[in-house]
Parts: sequence; structure tokens; C-alpha cells
Amino acid sequence: MTAHLRSRYGASPLHLLGHLALFALAAFAFTQMFSGSGVIQLIAWLIGFALLQDLVLIPLYTLAGRGLSRLPGASVNYVRVPAVISGLLLLVYAPLILGLGAHTFLFYSGHHPSGYLRNWLLISACLFLISGFVYLVRGRRA
Amino acid sequence: MNTLTRARKLVPTNPPPGPFRPGFWRSPLRGPWLTSFLGTLLVPGIVLMLLTGLISQWSYYPTLGRNATTPVADSIPPLFHLPVSWPSWDYAVTQGIHVNLGLALVPLVLAKLWSVIPRLFKWPAVESPAAAVERLSLLVLVSSVLVEFFTGVADAEYWYPWHFSFYTIHYYGAWVFFSAFALHFAIKLPTVRRAYRTRGLLKPLRDDLKHTRPEPPDPDGLVAARPDAPTISRRGLLAMVGGGSLAVLLVNVGETIGGPLRRTALLGARGRVFGTGPNDFQITTTAVSAGVTGAVTGTAWRLSLAYDTHIVSLSRAQLMAMPQHHATLTLTCVEGWSTTQHWTGVRLADLRDLVGAKATDVLKVSSIQPSGPFRHVALAPQQVAASDALLALCVNGVDLSPDHGYPARVIVPGAPGVHNTKWVGSMRFVPA
Repeated sequence: MTAHLRSRYGASPLHLLGHLALFALAAFAFTQMFSGSGVIQLIAWLIGFALLQDLVLIPLYTLAGRGLSRLPGASVNYVRVPAVISGLLLLVYAPLILGLGAHTFLFYSGHHPSGYLRNWLLISACLFLISGFVYLVRGRRA
Repeated sequence: MNTLTRARKLVPTNPPPGPFRPGFWRSPLRGPWLTSFLGTLLVPGIVLMLLTGLISQWSYYPTLGRNATTPVADSIPPLFHLPVSWPSWDYAVTQGIHVNLGLALVPLVLAKLWSVIPRLFKWPAVESPAAAVERLSLLVLVSSVLVEFFTGVADAEYWYPWHFSFYTIHYYGAWVFFSAFALHFAIKLPTVRRAYRTRGLLKPLRDDLKHTRPEPPDPDGLVAARPDAPTISRRGLLAMVGGGSLAVLLVNVGETIGGPLRRTALLGARGRVFGTGPNDFQITTTAVSAGVTGAVTGTAWRLSLAYDTHIVSLSRAQLMAMPQHHATLTLTCVEGWSTTQHWTGVRLADLRDLVGAKATDVLKVSSIQPSGPFRHVALAPQQVAASDALLALCVNGVDLSPDHGYPARVIVPGAPGVHNTKWVGSMRFVPA
């Protein structure tokens, strides 16, 4: 019986049971998340996120990586490392850097959230400067 | 010929051009060992996220009064509470870990997804019903991890581009994510063990760039068919990801530690210092945004204190005439930032004794603010009994400012920020 299922299904019955349990739980969570109106928005979001990550962000950094790889050998890392860290900071702190939540923040806290774009640019400048400095020092030693 | 073989025949054997072709993906670093190692690094982080998340959810005492933030799940009694006898910064630590670790895990999650991207374009897309089911579960896993991180990050940065409750989506999304994660872990465990057995747990980290070679071809197609020459070693890649995590952490963690380190949170929402006065610490909700005006907090203000049919009305002067207790307590928001201040006021236990309520009673606190999701809060008997739990009238030696809850606010050690009700109007003790 197990062998029959394995040949038709492609894995052990446990594999199927585990997945069915997950899908049931996910469906339950879905029904709880919304009282009707938001469901479509959430479904659009879930699919949108997976697509954004898989079809936009990853190809983007793959292409950026290929562009960078024209630089000779390992020297590409002196650009790649600070660029990646700067990009990560932008990604994680985008709502503040781009002022997306500024109105809400001002309303609740009584203060305008300013200076985030400036700080990110200055941090990025420092990262590139440090990287350039390390490149020079190592180049001289080599 | 069984069904499976027949179904396979329907799919063209030649993949369409682009990312579906095996030669498309060029990184010489991708392979089962790298993916296993990134996954292994994620496991303790994810477990810690689950634990600190649950502690936070339960810190709201969701079964009391109107405290529930996610109604159905919150009818299940919490398994654990941070003891009120612990220092008041215990929630600052657990929630600080939850938020700061969550931010620091973003680079690692992205690296993990990058390492498996060729799998998304695998051809043929599904080889068996089992593979189809697994792909569907991976869609659930990837979608839910992105939703969890997106809602968490956006909430901590005051960006609410959605129409639903943050608590609800983040909480149920977490259950979907952790279940999908656990299932993925169980399914991939043999692959991970094989990778470590054949490549060594840490051995690939010893290779510098000169010695970095692609892993041997694997059945999952992670290893590039035509790899480029490496430009970074595996340990170099991991150092870059770790450096990214460290950078993300360092520009925020100061808002959790507070004090002089707050200014180091260069990109933290609560990384600003607005002055040195006694009331110049972080404000969650201003009096204006809560709709609280001087007209309702002026001399006419009275605290209505009730137990059963016994109702006492107290003016601010009468409260000031009661025994005053001093306590240095940390306020922590669910968004992960904290602030420690010196508070003065009447012990909640003294107010309970004043109206003759029992030590087992629950305290229902209502604010005079006309709107806002947390204007009614229920405090557990052990929270009321805590020696430092106060109805605070003063902070740092002066009256509370309007934005910090004048004429009176609750301050309870280790309670989530929103449970420290400001502009208190009534307190009612009810049987649990």
C-alpha cells in the first residue's frame, strides 16, 4: 500500500499528511485574519510579495552582481560589500528614509521624523570611504 | 506505465529559455552546503522570534476584559507570563530581542532565498504530486516569511499601508510561517545532514578565495551547471551577510537600550532625543491625537474608583495626599523601543484596599480619551499587587505633562506600553 502511494504520489504518506496539516492550518489562519473586507488585499499581498522577491529583487541583485563582476577579480568586493550593506539599510529602514510613515509618526509622537535620509546617505558615504581606505592600504601592502 | 510517467510525458523536456535553463544561474557559491548552513543559522533566530513573540502576545493578558488583540486565539489562556517580581525591564529585553533580532535577520533571510532561487525556475516545474504539494507549501513559507517581516518592520516604522489589524495579521501569519518552517525543516533535514556529512559542517569556511570551488553537482540543481569564476569566498559571503545584519542592528538598538545610547539609533524611529527636561522622553500618543483637552483634565477632573456598589470620587489633590511611592520603571512599546523614568504616585494596591476590593480581583482601567484601541485595559491581580505598580501623578519630580497622561496614568512593571493607560478616568475592580 505504502509502495503504491509512493509510486503514484512520489513521497511517503507522512510527507502528504504533514502538508495537508499545514494547508489546513494556513486556511484556518486565513479565515481568522479577516472579517471579510481585507481578504482580497491579503491574498494579493501574499502573492505579490513572493513575486516581488522572486521575480524583481533577486534578478535585480543578480544583474547588479553581474555588472560588478566586470571589475577585475576580488577587487569587486570593495564595491560590492558597502553597496550591499547600504542597500540592506535602505530596504529595512525605507519607511523612515522615504518618509512613508511621517504623518502617522508626527500625529502620535508630536515630532516630525526628520534626518533619516541624511543619516542613511552619511552612513553609506562612510561605508564606501572605509572600503576605499581598506582598498588603498591593502593595495600599497601588496 | 503509471500515471506519473504519463503526466511527465505531457511536459516538454526542453526548458524555455532564460532562468529555466540550467546554465542561467552562474554563482559558484550556490549549493546544498551553503543553503544548509544559511538555514542552520536561521533556525535559532526563528525559534527566538517565536518565543519572544508569544511572550509579548501573553503580556497583554489577552483573556482579561477587552485586552484581546486577536479575538479567537486570545480566548486560549496564555501558558506563561513574565513574573511581575522580575525587573520592570524584562519586557524591554524580550520585546527588544523580538524587534532588533527581527531586523537583523532580514539580511540572512534574503541570503537564504538568494541561495535557492534556481529552484524556483526548476524544469520541469513539478515531477510528481509530492513535488507539487511541496512547491505549494514553499509558496506558503516564502509568502508568510515576507508578510511577517514586512508587517513587523512597517509597524516599527509607523507605516501602515494596510486596512487590517497589525496584531491579527502578524499573529496568525506567525503561526502559518512557523508551521511551514517546521515542515520545511523536517523535509530538508536529510539533505542538510548529507551536505554536512560530505562537505563537513564548517570545513568550507576554511577556503579563501583561491581555494573556493563549486560544490559537486546536486540532484536539486542548486549548484550552477556553468559556474563563473568565484569573486568572493563562502566565508566572505557570510561575513558580508553578517556585516549587513550588524549594521541593521547597530542603527536601531539604541532606541531599545535608551539613555545616552538612544542617539546612536541613527535610523531607529525612536532614536531622537527631544530635550533634557523631566517630561522630554518619548511620547507614544500625544494628548492632541488622543483627543484629550485641558477642559477634561483641569480642576474638574475626578478619578472614579469603584468596587461593587462602592464608588469613590477622588480629585488630584486627594490622590496627592495619599501615601506616595517612588519607582524607577521601564516603559516598553511593542515596537521594541524603551524608556526608563522615575515615577511617583499611589500604589495600585493601596487604591484596591481603599475600596475594599479583593486581592484576586481584576482592575479595569478606562482612559478619558474619546477614541483609541487601548483606552480600556484590564490588569491582572498580580499586576495590581506588584509593589511598583502605580497610578503615577509625577515623573522625574514634576507633574506629568499632558502628553504623558496628566492628571494621572498607570505604570505597571513589565506591561506592554499601551497597557500603561494615560489620562485615567475610571478604575473598577471586578471579580476575575
